[in-house]
Amino acid sequence: MSALARKALRDLWHLRGQALAIALVIAAGIANLVMAQSTYESLQQTREHFYREYAFADVFASAKRVPQTVSARIAGILGVQTVQTRLMASGTLHLAGFDDPVRAQLLSVPKEGGQPDLNRLYLRAGRLPLADGHHEAVIGEAFANAHGLKPGDAVEATIYGHRQRLDIVGVAISPEYIYQIQPGATFPDYRRFAIVWINERVLESALDMQGAFNSVTLRLRPGIDPAAVIDELDRLLARYGGLGAYAREDQISNHFLNEELRQLQMMAKLFPIIFLSVAAFLLSVVMTRLIDTQRDQVAILKAFGYSAREIGRHFLAIVGAIAATGAVLGIAGGAWLGSLLAGIYQEFYRFPFLDYHLSAVSITTGLVVAIVAAFLGAWRAVVKAVRLPPAEAMRPPAPARFHASLLERAGLIRLLSQPNRMILRNIERRPWKAALSVIGLALACAIMMVGRFQENAINRMIDVQLRVAAHQDISVDFIEATGRAALSELRALPDVRAVEPVRSVAVRLRHANYSYRTGLSGLARDASLRRPVDALLQPITAPDSGVLLTDYLQQRLHVEVGDQLEIDVLQGRQARIEVKVAGFVHEYIGAQAYMDLDAMNRLLGDGDVVSGALLAVDARSDQDLFARLDRRPRIAGFSERRTDIQSFYDTMGESLLVFTFISMLLGGVINFGVVYNSARIALSERGRELASLRVLGFTRGEIGHILLGELFMLVAASIPLGCAAGWALCWIMVRNLQSDLFRVPLVLLPSTFAFAILTMAGSTLVSAMIVRRRIARLDLVAVLKTRE
Amino acid sequence: MNDDVVFRAQGLTKVYHMGDVDVHALRGVDLDLRRGELVVLLGPSGSGKSTLLNILGGLDVPSAGHVWYDGHDLTKASERELTRFRRQHVGFVFQFYNLIPSLTARENVAIVTEIAEDPMTPEEALRRVGLEDRMDHFPSQLSGGQQQRIAIARAIAKRPSVLLCDEPTGALDSATGVHVLEAIETINATLGTTTVVITHNADIARMAHRVLYLGDGRIVSEKLNDARTPASELTW
Repeated sequence: MSALARKALRDLWHLRGQALAIALVIAAGIANLVMAQSTYESLQQTREHFYREYAFADVFASAKRVPQTVSARIAGILGVQTVQTRLMASGTLHLAGFDDPVRAQLLSVPKEGGQPDLNRLYLRAGRLPLADGHHEAVIGEAFANAHGLKPGDAVEATIYGHRQRLDIVGVAISPEYIYQIQPGATFPDYRRFAIVWINERVLESALDMQGAFNSVTLRLRPGIDPAAVIDELDRLLARYGGLGAYAREDQISNHFLNEELRQLQMMAKLFPIIFLSVAAFLLSVVMTRLIDTQRDQVAILKAFGYSAREIGRHFLAIVGAIAATGAVLGIAGGAWLGSLLAGIYQEFYRFPFLDYHLSAVSITTGLVVAIVAAFLGAWRAVVKAVRLPPAEAMRPPAPARFHASLLERAGLIRLLSQPNRMILRNIERRPWKAALSVIGLALACAIMMVGRFQENAINRMIDVQLRVAAHQDISVDFIEATGRAALSELRALPDVRAVEPVRSVAVRLRHANYSYRTGLSGLARDASLRRPVDALLQPITAPDSGVLLTDYLQQRLHVEVGDQLEIDVLQGRQARIEVKVAGFVHEYIGAQAYMDLDAMNRLLGDGDVVSGALLAVDARSDQDLFARLDRRPRIAGFSERRTDIQSFYDTMGESLLVFTFISMLLGGVINFGVVYNSARIALSERGRELASLRVLGFTRGEIGHILLGELFMLVAASIPLGCAAGWALCWIMVRNLQSDLFRVPLVLLPSTFAFAILTMAGSTLVSAMIVRRRIARLDLVAVLKTRE
Repeated sequence: MNDDVVFRAQGLTKVYHMGDVDVHALRGVDLDLRRGELVVLLGPSGSGKSTLLNILGGLDVPSAGHVWYDGHDLTKASERELTRFRRQHVGFVFQFYNLIPSLTARENVAIVTEIAEDPMTPEEALRRVGLEDRMDHFPSQLSGGQQQRIAIARAIAKRPSVLLCDEPTGALDSATGVHVLEAIETINATLGTTTVVITHNADIARMAHRVLYLGDGRIVSEKLNDARTPASELTW
C-alpha cells in the first residue's frame, strides 16, 4: 500500500466518528433508494412473469346474459387472439364460528375441468374442480389464509338465495386478483371477501344461465390497440346488457399495482434526494475542515512533487471511502427493508411468489448515486486543496475575520454575555454554513413528520369517507335492478330502523376529449344514511337535473359547475344522457358521480328501480338480521360499515406504527449527522480558543455552553423551518399520491408537529451529550502547545 | 553558462499584495548556485530568504525576473512542469519539519520515494540520518531533532540535485540543531547535493562553502569560507 493510501486510511480512522455519522446519512438515503428500486423491480418483474405465465387478459367485459354463440363473433373482432367466456356472480359464504357476512366473488372454470384459457389459476394447494365436481370449489389464498381453510374443508355458500355446500379442493391465486377488494369497499378485507372458483355447470344452474355467459375476457394480438376492440365489443354486447368493456389498465387489481409501482418510483427519488443532499453538505463541511487542518501537509506533498491531481485523488479517496461505506450499509439496509416491504406486499397482494431480489442495477445505482452525491458535496473543498499554492499553504491560514454581530450593531450588546457574543459572531461569520446546517436540521424535522402524517391522513380519509359521508350500518346489493317493493321487504325486517334506496350503474363520463369510466349512484333526495359532502364537509344534494362529481373528476374531465356532461350508461338500455354538472363532492377514495335517484331513473328510462339499499339497524341484533338477509334470493351480498373500518385498522395499524418509527429513526440519523458533525468541527476549529478559556478559568459547563449553545441556536432556528419543510414534503407526497383510486389529504395535526419537535430535541440532546464527553477530555496543555 | 552552475537567478522580484499594502519581499536578486556547494543564506527575518528559497524550489513564482535550473527557465514553466521539477530534483527541509502526523517515519520517507525516479530506500535514507531504529515511530513519538532528521531523510531519499533547507534548526535547541546540521553536511559531502540552508543564525554560516547575506530583499554581500568549520564544532 502506498504511503498516501496509508495516510488516507489513518485520516479516515481519525475522523471515524464524523465519517460514520455521514456514512449513516448516506446509508439512510441509499437504503431508501435501494429498497424502493429493488422492490419496484421485483414487483414489476414478478407481475410481468405472473401475467405472462398465467395469461392475464387484455380486455374485460361483463353483460347480463350473452348466448354462447356470440362468442364466435367476439373472436372475429379484428385483433382478438383468445376469447374466454365465463360466468360471474356474487354470493355469500358462511363459516362455522365466524358470524360476520362474507361476500364471495364466484367465477366459473371450464365445464370439462382444467384451466381456463385466460386468467389461469396458480394452485397453491389441491386441484381444480373436476368436470363432474358439483360441490367442488377452489378458494382464493388470501381468504383461505385468513380463516385457515385448506383442501378437504367445506363452507356453505348462498348463491342467489340458494344455499349449498362447497367442498374446497384447491387454494389458488389469479393474475386478476393480485389485489383483492370487494366491489364498493374502501379497503381490502381478506376475512370478509372471498374469490371462489367453481365449475361452470354449477354456476350455470344457480344463475339459470344455460348456454350463456355474463363475463368475457380477451387476449389481443401483440400491438393491437385495445380501444378499437373495446368499442366493437361494446357494440356486440349492447343488446345483451353489456356493462362496458375495459382494458387491462382499468382492471382494478392491475390499476392498484400500477399505483403502487408509481409510488415506489416516487419514493426512489424523493427521500434519497433529501438524505444525499444533507450528506453532501456534511461532507463539504468535514472535508473543508480536514483540508484546512492539513494545509501544511498539502504543501509538503506539493513541495515534494505530488501533482494537484494526485492530491485531489487522495482527498477524493477519503470521500469515496465514506460514500462507499454508506452505500454498502445502505444497500444492505435497503435489501433488508426491501425484503420486509416485499413481505408486506405479499400480505396485500397475492402473488404466487414474490421473487424479491437485489439486482445488479439496484446495487450499481446505489453505489454510483452515493459516490456522485458525496463527490459533489466535497468538490469545493477538494478543489481548494488542489489549488492551494504550496508556498502559501506552508504559512498558517490567516486568522478568521470576525465583526460585531447584527444584534450587537443593533445596539443590543449589553444584553449579551461574552460567550453569547462569541456564539452570535461565530454564526454570522459563516452565514452559509449556518444556513445549510439549519436546512439540514429542518429536513430531519421534516422527515420525522412524514410517518405521523400518514397516520393523520388515513384517519382523515376514513373519517370523511366512512363517518361524515356515510351513516348506514349495512349496505345491501341486489342481484339486479329491482322495483321499490324490495325496500319495503327490507323495512319489514325486525330491527331495521331505516332503509334508503340506492341505484348504481356503470357509466362512462365524457366532457370534451376527456372520458372516465366509473359508477353513477342515485341517492334519494331526502337521504340521511349516505350524504356526499362538499369541501367544507357540508352535506350536498344533487338538484333535480344535475350531477355531482367527485372533486378529483373536476381535473380529470376538465369540467366546471354548469358544464354539460355526457353520460354513456353502460348497462340496461345503454342510454346516453346529457346533464349539467351541479357541484363537486369531496371524497378521498374512488371517483364517481351522484344524481338524485328519481331524476336518474327518469333519464335512464328503465323504470323506477333500485340496485341496493342502505340500512340503519339496531346494532345488537346483527346475527339474526344477517341470516335473514342471507336468505333473500335477490340479495347478492351485504357488508357492514363498522367492520369495514375495523378491518382496515387491523391491517394498517401495525404498519403505520412501523412507518412512524422508521421515519423517526431516519430523521434522527440526519439530526445526529448534522449536530454531531457541527459540534466536532467547532471543537476542532476552536479547540485552542476553548482550551485557552479553560486555562483562564472557564468551567466545562461554560465551554459547553459556547460550543453547544451555537448548535442549540441552530436547532431552534431549524424547527419552524422544519415544520414548514415537513408540510412541504407531505405536500409533495400528496401531489404524487393523487390518483382516481385515492387522494391523500394534507392533514398535519398539532400532535404531529409536537412529535417532530420533541424527537428533534431528544436526538439533539443525545448528540450533544456525546460531544460533551469530548469537551471533558479537552487536553489543555497539548492544545496550547501545538501550532495551529 | 558555466557547466557548474545549477541555478541562476536574475533580477528576481516578488511583491505580495496584502490588502491595500504591497510588500516587496524580493527587490532584484541575482544569484548563481554551483553543483555540490553548500550555501548559507543569512539574513534577518523579513529579508526575503524564504521567498527566495520557495522560488528556487518551484513552490512560488517571481513577480519579475528569471530563474534557470540547468538551463531551463522555471519562470516560464507550467504548473505541471514545476511539479515534475520538484518531484525529480528538489528536496525540501522546513523549520517545523512538516511531517505527516498520520504516517510513521518510514512512511513519511516512502511517500516521496514512491513517486521518485531513482530513489534510495526509505531505510537507507533514514540510516543516513542515523534514525534506523526509529523507523516505525509516528512523528508524535519522536523528539524535534529526530523529526527534523526524518524530514532530511525524506528530502534526500529521492537523490535530489538540490536540497533546500528553510531554518532547519529554527525550532531546535543548539545541541539538537548541531545533529541536524551534521546530517545536512554529510549528505552534501557524500552525495554531492547542492545545498542551500536558510538561517538567521550567523554561527551556522561557518559550515558553508559560501555565505550570501540578504537584507531588505537584496543580496547585500557575499563571503567565501576558505576554512569551513565542521558542523560538529558549531555552537551558539
